[in-house]
Amino acid sequence: MLTALLVMAGIAVVLGAALGYASIRFKVEGDPLVDKIDAILPQTQCGQCGYPGCKPYAQAIANGEADINQCPPGGEEGIRHLADLLGREFKPLSEEHGIEKPKSVAFIDEQTCIGCTLCIQACPVDAIVGAAKQMHTVVEPLCTGCELCLAPCPVDCITMEPVVETVETWKWKYPVIEIRQTA
Amino acid sequence: MIRKLFKFHGGVHPEPHKSESATAAIRPAPMPSELVVPLRQSTRAAARCIVEVGQHVLKGQRIGEAEGKLGTAVHAPTSGEVIAIGDHPMAHPSGLTAPAVHIRPDGLDQWIDLTPFDYDANDRISMLANLRDAGIVGMGGAAFPSHIKLGTGIGIETLVINGAECEPWITCDDRLMRERGNAVIDGAAILAEVIGARRVLIGIEDNKPEAVESMRKAVAEARPALPMDVIAVPSLYPAGGEKQLIRVLTGIEIPHGKLGGEFGVQCFNTGTAHAVHRAVRFGEPLVSRIVTLTGNADTPGNYEVLVGTPIQHLLPLMGPRPDTDRFLLGGPMMGFALTDLSVPIVKGSNCIIAASPTLFPPPPAELPCIRCGECARACPAELQPFELYWFSRSRNFGKAQEYHLFDCIECGCCSYVCPSHIPLVDYYRFAKSEIWARERESAAADQARDRFEFRNYRQEREKTEKAAKLAAKAAETKAKLAETEGVDNKVQVADGSEDPKKALIAAALARAKQQKAAIKPANTDNLPPEAEAEIAEIEARRQKALGGSEPKPLGVLTTDNNGGEDKQS
Ligand code: SF4
Ligand code: SF4
Ligand code: SF4
Ligand code: SF4
Repeated sequence: MLTALLVMAGIAVVLGAALGYASIRFKVEGDPLVDKIDAILPQTQCGQCGYPGCKPYAQAIANGEADINQCPPGGEEGIRHLADLLGREFKPLSEEHGIEKPKSVAFIDEQTCIGCTLCIQACPVDAIVGAAKQMHTVVEPLCTGCELCLAPCPVDCITMEPVVETVETWKWKYPVIEIRQTA
Repeated sequence: MIRKLFKFHGGVHPEPHKSESATAAIRPAPMPSELVVPLRQSTRAAARCIVEVGQHVLKGQRIGEAEGKLGTAVHAPTSGEVIAIGDHPMAHPSGLTAPAVHIRPDGLDQWIDLTPFDYDANDRISMLANLRDAGIVGMGGAAFPSHIKLGTGIGIETLVINGAECEPWITCDDRLMRERGNAVIDGAAILAEVIGARRVLIGIEDNKPEAVESMRKAVAEARPALPMDVIAVPSLYPAGGEKQLIRVLTGIEIPHGKLGGEFGVQCFNTGTAHAVHRAVRFGEPLVSRIVTLTGNADTPGNYEVLVGTPIQHLLPLMGPRPDTDRFLLGGPMMGFALTDLSVPIVKGSNCIIAASPTLFPPPPAELPCIRCGECARACPAELQPFELYWFSRSRNFGKAQEYHLFDCIECGCCSYVCPSHIPLVDYYRFAKSEIWARERESAAADQARDRFEFRNYRQEREKTEKAAKLAAKAAETKAKLAETEGVDNKVQVADGSEDPKKALIAAALARAKQQKAAIKPANTDNLPPEAEAEIAEIEARRQKALGGSEPKPLGVLTTDNNGGEDKQS
């Protein structure tokens, strides 16, 4: 009983220390503009903008080093929001950074997977579970669809599957279009 | 006693069209050849399937377990065999599919063993669990789980039973109250007890005098322990809206963004009260409901339909006329046109209307809003529909929310009165679903941001840990080194070397030599003399090789050396 208590207390202390350390180590230096920009970015963490993640891109925009049209997952809407926030002109998505695609999630063909763990290391949001020489799988709700796990896979067993619409996620269409069609 | 009634804001008077089906008594709908029971009875929650293909199920057997906070159980509507479990189009404007259990009836319609629920012997919590497991949801259309609504109870003064049935064409609640008034009253009494209400108000629109009469009779017969009033309310659409009916009966004005429970009122549909009565008194789960079949039809009527009955199976019952061009599920004000007739009846489906161009002419083309304010005068939720329309149309969702978009009950009064024929509700539905999608997206983005940051932190931590480990190891080696230097000074001096590494090697060599020398033959007790002689000879050779020291006699070796003893013991 006592050992259990001590062990639990010990774990609590260690975790508390880790959290405390994290809060200091990763303390975001209060730059509200960067945070505001970061809040608009889709957090796919794909790096297509040319920066290692959304936050660095936000920082670059804030510093005036990057343009607002470099994030393909954010798409036109994202650019519009950024333009609004920064009081700039809207401009179409820069083609060299990629194109806007429907949201997808990665899918690992579990028969082909050799358990090399390379995809786990590539995933920016730890959405893949598995262990060395064990089959790997993607935790779907966590996957941002960044495609970073595709390239490292030596047996090409990862594919991107578009997210299908369900009754829960279905959206009503914008009425005007329908009316013009029927009228 | 003349009760003072209140008035809610706005409202419209659409053609009631109740007479078509109101005179038709409830009849059981014939058994279809296949039932498709959706595990998802509303968009909110899906049940977890607990049957397998090929399994035989009895009527009322649970086939889906309640899952999640808003989950309720789903049951087999008749006895038969599970022939498939798979996706099937749902009774939803999207026409999208959802998992469903397909059952082929065996024709026996055999109930599972039913046990009534004894509320006196159980507590509130188990009562709520019982209702959840009986699959009881709101039968007025929204199919909201009743146990959740009841769970917020305590401190509820008034229970309102909603028998207004204000939408045109629909008569299922009317017939239910006329024919099964006693059951509805008993269900209301149970509901009142669960939420601890001190009075029950039953609101019925005054265009249903028979229902009012029947319910009054039922109350008189039941002689309930707490005051129950059956009240005829003026027919004005949407008097059956929850907030509107509460307003009319009690005068309580529920502000934007609030629910009745916070003001001591809770509202349940008559159909729900009936279902609660069946579940508690007979142990029967919710497997059927009353559906009005009407519209452009020769034989409109009201039918007791098993949940999971495909709609196309019901259509011959009402005999739609040849010029019928589509079918609406729900009323003409709030329902939607079905895209697929194979969709099954679910617990919230109250009416199917055969629509024809003469009965429901296509709306004239949309014109620009002239800001006449008609919509605002008609809106029962006291919103400003033209503002909502403007913000929804321009995708200015933040503003739309500021104007209480989510208080819109999608009643359609605003579109009904709009001189510009703007399908206002479509815009609100569009805006609402866009806002929900955005909320989901931003929740996902927040999660991704957290996980990304944590991963960076973890990588950083792993790096520092690795560095720390390496540093610790280096320090350890150094410490050892210092120690050896102290102990093996002699060797160092003998070697005449200053280099600590060299000294270390020399020390190690010396140690190895010592060890080698210390090795002695083992297991040498009770050996015959020849063998001992042989060992002694070998030992002598070995000692010579090691350093030419004199071979010791065997006996001495085996007795005087600690190392040897250690090894043997
Ligand atoms: S391109 Fe990818 S990494 Fe860059 S901001 Fe957009 S989602 Fe984030
Ligand atoms: S699983 Fe693949 S696509 Fe999904 S977030 Fe991880 S790396 Fe990106
Ligand atoms: S009723 Fe129609 S035209 Fe008049 S203000 Fe409302 S939306 Fe505009
Ligand atoms: S649909 Fe909404 S905005 Fe229009 S009248 Fe009804 S509650 Fe008001």
